[in-house]
Amino acid sequence: MLIDWSHFTPWSALAGGMGIGIAAALFVLLNGRIAGISGIVGGLFRVQTGDMGWRIAFVAGLVAAPLLWQLFHRLPTFQIDTGYGMLALAGLMVGIGTRYGSGCTSGHGVCGMSRLSPRSIVATLVFMGAGFVTVYLIRHVFGG
Amino acid sequence: MANITALLAGLIFGLGLILAGMANPAKVLAFLDITGAWDPSLALVMGGAIAVGSIAFAVVGRRSRSYLGLPMHLPTARVIDKRLVLGSLAFGIGWGMAGICPGPALVLLGAGSSEGIVFVVAMLLGMGIFEILERSRSVGRPKMGRHV
Repeated sequence: MLIDWSHFTPWSALAGGMGIGIAAALFVLLNGRIAGISGIVGGLFRVQTGDMGWRIAFVAGLVAAPLLWQLFHRLPTFQIDTGYGMLALAGLMVGIGTRYGSGCTSGHGVCGMSRLSPRSIVATLVFMGAGFVTVYLIRHVFGG
Repeated sequence: MANITALLAGLIFGLGLILAGMANPAKVLAFLDITGAWDPSLALVMGGAIAVGSIAFAVVGRRSRSYLGLPMHLPTARVIDKRLVLGSLAFGIGWGMAGICPGPALVLLGAGSSEGIVFVVAMLLGMGIFEILERSRSVGRPKMGRHV
């Protein structure tokens, strides 16, 4: 293991992480719900449940975040080196996987870990492990 | 009121993702690349978020209503089954392929990234496929399984 100190950004990572935590805290304290993005978005497919309003509001907030940021500061670089075909396949797997697995990095990784939910701890270990292995295979086995 | 607080929570969530570097797929992949030049920053993102989150969930405890007077909707499922493990496995593989998970995908969409748009459309398609499969599975059953 070789730590890339030149790209290590501990303070902004910690501050941003706490921001995410504050958002999750507000949401559970005020709305009584888990701030799990895949669950919030996935629920939009179930119109008959009649709880579209807050879901749309939460998603609108997320989408508007970079626009609000831009009013005060230049956006940081979002670097994507993945081709469109691979992006589409990845998006498809993330969509199906998070719904079958009942959550993603936010619902399981942040909220579930905060609640010490055994299901979320297992889910987080599995998707983190799968992420590590996938990057290893793409970059160091099949890639150059 | 609940919609305003939801909007606010989404907004703060998104700003946190941008500040943390989580909305930058190259940085996420550098975190997942533990055998390469490893950037451990995102471990601190999770750590910071969980530190704040644990306090909130401890405060919530066994309340039956939120501070806005809304009913609490916390997950009740306890079983660790094949759906949880295989679903998370598929998610992790997709995450490792692009370095994008659902929250950052929506932030990238808002930033007008064409890659973000492609990813979000594919992700919604995946969620739609899940819904269709679930509905055909639950035909004849009174209620569909609840999601977190």
